[in-house]
Amino acid sequence: MTAHLKVMSAGPSMSIQDLGREGHLAYGLTRGGAADRLALHEGAALLGQSAACAAIEMVGIGGTFEATADTVIALTGARMVATLEGAPLVWHACHSLPAGAKLVIGGVQSGNYGYLHIAGGFDTPRHMGARASHLNAQIGAPLQRGDALAFDPTKSARAGYFLSPDNRLQGGVIRVITSFQSDHFSSETRERFARTAFRRDPRGNRQGVRMDTDAPGFYAEGGLSIVSEVITTGDIQVAGDGAPYVLMCESQTTGGYPRIGTVIPSDLPKVAQAPVGGAIRFEFISHDAAIDIEKRARREIKSLSSQAQPLVRDPHDIADLLSYQLISGAVSASADPFAR
Amino acid sequence: MTETPVISTVGLSGLLISFGSGMSEPANRAALAFRTVLEAEDWPEVSETMMSLVSVFVAVDLVDTPAEQLREKLTDLLATRDWYGAALPGGRHLWHIPTVYGTDLAPQLQEVAEVAGLDPQEAIRQLSTARVRVLTLGFAPGQPYLGELEEVWNIPRQQDLTKSVPTGALVTAIRQLIIFTAPTPTGWRHIGQTAFRNFVLGDSNPFALSPGDELTFPAIERAAFDKLSRTDRFGGAEKEVIA
Repeated sequence: MTAHLKVMSAGPSMSIQDLGREGHLAYGLTRGGAADRLALHEGAALLGQSAACAAIEMVGIGGTFEATADTVIALTGARMVATLEGAPLVWHACHSLPAGAKLVIGGVQSGNYGYLHIAGGFDTPRHMGARASHLNAQIGAPLQRGDALAFDPTKSARAGYFLSPDNRLQGGVIRVITSFQSDHFSSETRERFARTAFRRDPRGNRQGVRMDTDAPGFYAEGGLSIVSEVITTGDIQVAGDGAPYVLMCESQTTGGYPRIGTVIPSDLPKVAQAPVGGAIRFEFISHDAAIDIEKRARREIKSLSSQAQPLVRDPHDIADLLSYQLISGAVSASADPFAR
Repeated sequence: MTETPVISTVGLSGLLISFGSGMSEPANRAALAFRTVLEAEDWPEVSETMMSLVSVFVAVDLVDTPAEQLREKLTDLLATRDWYGAALPGGRHLWHIPTVYGTDLAPQLQEVAEVAGLDPQEAIRQLSTARVRVLTLGFAPGQPYLGELEEVWNIPRQQDLTKSVPTGALVTAIRQLIIFTAPTPTGWRHIGQTAFRNFVLGDSNPFALSPGDELTFPAIERAAFDKLSRTDRFGGAEKEVIA
C-alpha cells in the first residue's frame, strides 16, 4: 500500500536526500546526501527508524504539503517556521500529520538546511543504491509543486517527542586536521589561518562554502602548479584568489587547488548551517584528538533516540494532544504563529 | 626518472599513495597498476579506491582503523614489484569514437592548430589518429581525462573561460583531451564534437569508461555526425577488448 505526500508549493531548493551513495569516487561521483547528516540521524531517532531513510532537505525555505494518509513527520536541522492547519509546530520534534491536513514550512529562523522526515522514509526511486538527489551530477531534480512523494502509510511512529540538539546553527569554532597538502602552506601561513576571523560568505551551497575575511589571502608555496588530487568532504581548498572554501557533500572528486586542512566530520554540520556573515574560526587539532572527538560523536548519535523527550509530561491526560495549540506554543517561544 | 611512492593520510578518510609530484606517463601507469591490484586484494577495511592522475586514494575509516596499520599493509604491497615498470592491466577496452573536428560544432579547432603551430588539416590528422588512455575520471560523473598527446599539444588553458560547451564536447589543453559529461564552462579549447555519453543515469552500467581504457577519435563529416542515431548513447562508437 502506498500513500503520497503532495507538494502543493515548493521553495526553490528542496530535494530528496539520504546518507548518499558510496563506491563511485573512481568514476567521478562524490557521495552527496544530506548537507547536515546529523539532522538525518536526529529525524531517525525521533521517528524510531534508520538514518538511511530519505527525507526532504529544504534550503532557506520550505513549502506546503498534504499527505493522502495519516502519518507522522519529524522536523530537524535549520530551525524553520512550521504550521499544521495554521497551528505552530515545534521544530526538532515529531508530529502527527493527519491525511489532508495542510502542513506549511516557511523560511528559516536560524541555519540553512532544514529536514522534513516521514515515518518509514520517502519511497522515491533509487539510483545507484541511494535516493539522494545529486544535482551537480544531474541525479534527481529539485522538488516542485505537483510532485507526489510516495511513502508507506503502514509504517507508524510515535508523535509528540522532541530533541534538544547542540546549537550548530551559528557558526563558531570549526576543528580542522592537517591533510596531505597542508605542508604546501608555510607554518606561518597556517598559524595566520588559524588566527583569522572568517565570515561565511553568501557564496555557499552543497558543493562548497566560501569563507570571507578582511585579512590577506592564504597562498601555498608554488601553489598553482600542483597536480590534481583527490578531494574529500570537509577539505579546505584555497582557490587562486587566496580565499578558503570548505568543500561539501557535492564537491568535485578531484581538484588542483591545494587544501590547507580538513574539517573533522562532526563539525561539518556547523559549516553547512552557519548563517551568511556568521563568524567562523578554524582550530587545528591533532589527529588523535580528532579521532577521540569522532568516537564520542558516534556514541552520541547512537544515544539520540534515548534522548527524545515527550513534548508534555503526561500525554495520557490529554485525549487529542496535538490539536492543542497551547502545547507547541508553550514549548516554542520563537515560532512565529503569523508566518505564512 | 621515477620517484618513490609516498604514503600520506587524507584527513580521517583514508590514505593516498602518490607515485609522483607531477603528471607523467610512468607515474600514471604505476597508479593504474597499483589500484587494479589493490581492488583485487579486496581488503575488508577498504570501502573504495580511486585513482587521480598519479596517485591512488584508499578510502578507510581512520576513526576505526589505525592509519599505521593500513600504512604497513600498503608498504608491503608496494614492495612486491616495480610499479613504474608494471605492464598495463588487462580487462580494459579500446573505444573508437566518431568525432567532427571544427565546423560550428567545435569552433576552436583553428585556434588550437595555430597555438600548436600546425595547419588545421595536420592538427585533425594528428588528433584523429592519436590513441590516448583514460588517465583518470573526475570532475563530473564518468568524465575522462585522456592522454598523453605528443609534446606539440602541450598548449596552455585559455585565459578566459568559455561560458559553456555542450555534452560530448572534445576539448584539449596540456597534452590531454576531455570528453565533457554535461554542459560545462571551461578554459580548455573545444576542438571536436562527439555524440558519446560518459554517464547515463538508469543504465545498468551508468559509466561508459573506466580508468585505463583507451580511446581514438576518428574524424567523420558533419553530415555523418548528423545521421548518428540520437538514441545511441555511445554516438556510434565501437568498443573492443584489449587483451
